[in-house]
Amino acid sequence: MAHVRFTRHLQRYFPALHDQEVPAATVAELVAELNRRYPGLAGYLVDERGALRKHVNIFVDRDLVHDRAHLADTITAGSVVDVIQALSGG
Amino acid sequence: MSDTLLLATRKGLLTFRRDAPGSSGVGWSLAGEAHLGNPVSYALARGDTWFVALDYGHWGQKMSRSRDAGRTWEDIPAPAYPEGAIKYDVWKGTESGATLEYTWVLEAVGNRLYAGTNPGALFTSDDDGDSWQIVEGLWNHPTRPKWMGGGKDSPGIHSIIADPRDPLRMWVALSSAGVFETRDGGVTWATRNVGMRNDYAPEDKFPDVGHDPHFVMPCAAHPDVLWQQNHCGIWRSTDGAATWTDIAETDGPARFGFPIAAHATNPDVAWVVPADSDQKRQAVGGAICVSRTTDGGKTWQAQRNGLPQHAAYDIVYRHALAIRGETLAFASTTGNAYLTEDGGERWETLGQNLPPVYAVRFA
Repeated sequence: MAHVRFTRHLQRYFPALHDQEVPAATVAELVAELNRRYPGLAGYLVDERGALRKHVNIFVDRDLVHDRAHLADTITAGSVVDVIQALSGG
Repeated sequence: MSDTLLLATRKGLLTFRRDAPGSSGVGWSLAGEAHLGNPVSYALARGDTWFVALDYGHWGQKMSRSRDAGRTWEDIPAPAYPEGAIKYDVWKGTESGATLEYTWVLEAVGNRLYAGTNPGALFTSDDDGDSWQIVEGLWNHPTRPKWMGGGKDSPGIHSIIADPRDPLRMWVALSSAGVFETRDGGVTWATRNVGMRNDYAPEDKFPDVGHDPHFVMPCAAHPDVLWQQNHCGIWRSTDGAATWTDIAETDGPARFGFPIAAHATNPDVAWVVPADSDQKRQAVGGAICVSRTTDGGKTWQAQRNGLPQHAAYDIVYRHALAIRGETLAFASTTGNAYLTEDGGERWETLGQNLPPVYAVRFA
């Protein structure tokens, strides 16, 4: 079970999104569960191959995920997961 | 006559409508906004069913559909590249997995939707965008490893043209590769670049592929007449793209630019919005003009009536010139939009503080 926190930018597209507890053993499982709770959300975080989008970052206990291609990084009980994005543009 | 104009902009979809007869002003007014704050790459209307391609940047490419002419919207899937699809990068000499980078253009042919994307692929949808299928015949074209980016890092399809006489025949144009034609419904594709000249190539200036068409548009009533604004000038074909003839001005402004608009019924009439040059992508001499030919490109006339003639630096993107009958509209990346109801004799200002405009299309 991980505690997941989100950038507020995502609430623009998913207004009901809030920080929450998610049961998952890996980051990939966590993204899949989030997509069940918020259909379409996975497509905002990963591309059609399941790789983390270039300007999206997921931190597990303050460490940036290592496996951006498959999100195989493990999550332990009590992990804090942060979903954030790079800042850019005008 | 169309009464609705769609502007796909960096800050959302803006809809302009023709005012009721007798109204004051330029005759068209802002009538709707959608997807505000989000970049809209392209907008397509098929009756009251509208589609927009959305570029959410960090969050990827999205697609949205309205069934009520823009009043309400619903998410639909964006095209997805199939498992194992390979992207070639000729600059880096690398191969990698292909994923959707950008949806550049949408087209409706009957009930079928087409999407042109980066890296260079054509997708079809027969269920109004609920699902998309890649056109394998073009994706697997033997020349694809030689396709290059043009304007964007990866090659992209920006022009999709159906032959109204033959449902199996179609053309697409790619930056940077050139024009391709299918006569068997997309199973096989042939290059159609004979007569095109590639000025920026160091050696072979007449290659089979490697050209940079900026936009290609047919005369609707004479589909074998196709007009092409290219990186290296302006070309016209009268034989269904089998051969192309250089029709750019040697002295006048009609040479470099991005969009081109073909008259729907007169195969000798077309418009371009000239820019200075490859090196200076801005209005020629600080003055905005539209150039029209009425003799198949033998001569061009610069139209300036109602357009700014000093201190203008606008550039108009390839999809940002629209035509419907004698009504034309165009808009720039500096947020200026203009419209004419008489083929360009007189232009009116539609807006001057708009977001950067990517596409202008009549509904």
